[in-house]
Amino acid sequence: MYNQIESNKRKTIILIVIFIAFVLFLGWLFGELYNFGYFGLLIAVVISVVMSLTGYYKGDKIALMSSGAKEIKKQDNPYVYRMVENLSITAGLPTPRIHIINDSALNAFACGRDPEHASVALTTGIIEKLENEELEGVIAHELSHIKNYDIRIMTIVIVLVGIIALMADFMLRAHFFGFGNRNRDSKGGALMIVGIVLMILSPFIAQLIQLAVSRKREFLADADGALLTRYPEGLASALEKISTDATPVKKASNATAHLYIANPFGTKKKIFSKLFSTHPPAQERIKALRGMA
Amino acid sequence: MENLILWIVLGVIAVVALWLVAVYNGLIKNKNQTEEAWSDIDVQLKRRHNLIPNLIETVKGYATHERELFERVTEARSNAMNAGSAEEKGKAENMLTDTLKSLFAVAENYPDLKASENFAKLQDELSDTENKIQASRRFYNSNARDFNIKLQVFPTNMIAKKLGFTKKDFFEIEDKKEKEVPTVKF
Repeated sequence: MYNQIESNKRKTIILIVIFIAFVLFLGWLFGELYNFGYFGLLIAVVISVVMSLTGYYKGDKIALMSSGAKEIKKQDNPYVYRMVENLSITAGLPTPRIHIINDSALNAFACGRDPEHASVALTTGIIEKLENEELEGVIAHELSHIKNYDIRIMTIVIVLVGIIALMADFMLRAHFFGFGNRNRDSKGGALMIVGIVLMILSPFIAQLIQLAVSRKREFLADADGALLTRYPEGLASALEKISTDATPVKKASNATAHLYIANPFGTKKKIFSKLFSTHPPAQERIKALRGMA
Repeated sequence: MENLILWIVLGVIAVVALWLVAVYNGLIKNKNQTEEAWSDIDVQLKRRHNLIPNLIETVKGYATHERELFERVTEARSNAMNAGSAEEKGKAENMLTDTLKSLFAVAENYPDLKASENFAKLQDELSDTENKIQASRRFYNSNARDFNIKLQVFPTNMIAKKLGFTKKDFFEIEDKKEKEVPTVKF
């Protein structure tokens, strides 16, 4: 448990370092390709540092805003508020800020940088359609993400992944709109090809980072959540309901998908769905939970 | 040769000393976490104590003939607030829970009281506080479990007593009635 926390903190730092290095490299490449010289590198330094800081301190706000979540006070929904409050006491955590997403899909996520700056978001659908003990299971799962510092790494990934995807997109466009003509004879085609390959690959790299940080911790949070409620069946039957409900979350995007308790894009099958899914299949999670009982 | 033996002995002593320090510090950390969890229970109990005077005032307004019951609740409350040891506290809190139960049972006889918004709110608050007391007890239990495990594993169990650490007790349901499975009759 405590090892998990340490490992998450370490991984966050490694991730930021890799991100900064990657952006610097892209910036340098951009400068070389389009004859901007060190100016590209300079821009990259500014972008990567600003974005890392933003991701660390404001990532939760960005995630909540982009998912359309609204913060609630106790009097707005005492049922949900108390449930989170009481489970937080059991987990020994300060009560996180509680947000509600007005969406009939069944989903939930947690974000923030540490337990003192954490938020939990639930859709109105999940609050209405789940039974008491099922919702408790879901909230306990989210609180475990907070306790394990999963939220820190998951929140920062949103911003970093978003930026890498955006930059790659920008560079590809810049190329097609013909910034690079002047460079054709000087540095030669090799660098150019490397650049294009990299730019095409970078969204995939970003995606892979996202996957690497996401799948194992779902199982772990399931187990820790079950330890909190002492009732694995609650979360198991919640997952069953969530996975059979096909309504996709309206405001979910590729950058925030890994935050949610279950895949927010509904149950529509895609070719890459297993390879590129941010969540282990619900059936496997349910089986693991039922094995505990 | 003699030098080598000396170094080996010194090395072993150093390793043992380092191990002792690590074990001791680890135990101290867990012990303090457990004690903090214990005081968190008190926070929730206090919350309950603070709700009771309000509750009695509200009930008094409707059920004027239950003076004896009010006195019992008030007494149970002050007993619970003044209880010293953990065991005494547990008993006093159980007493308080029982008297509150009879208070709510009596309230059933007064339709006006039951309809009162203030009463409903207090009842709601009180049952929520009871849940919170449960929650904080479970947090304490999980801390006590971690501490006890650390204390009892080999080889720490050989030295823990000498360092002055003793097992923490779990919170268990003391009331026999609560342990029984409720029977439902139609």
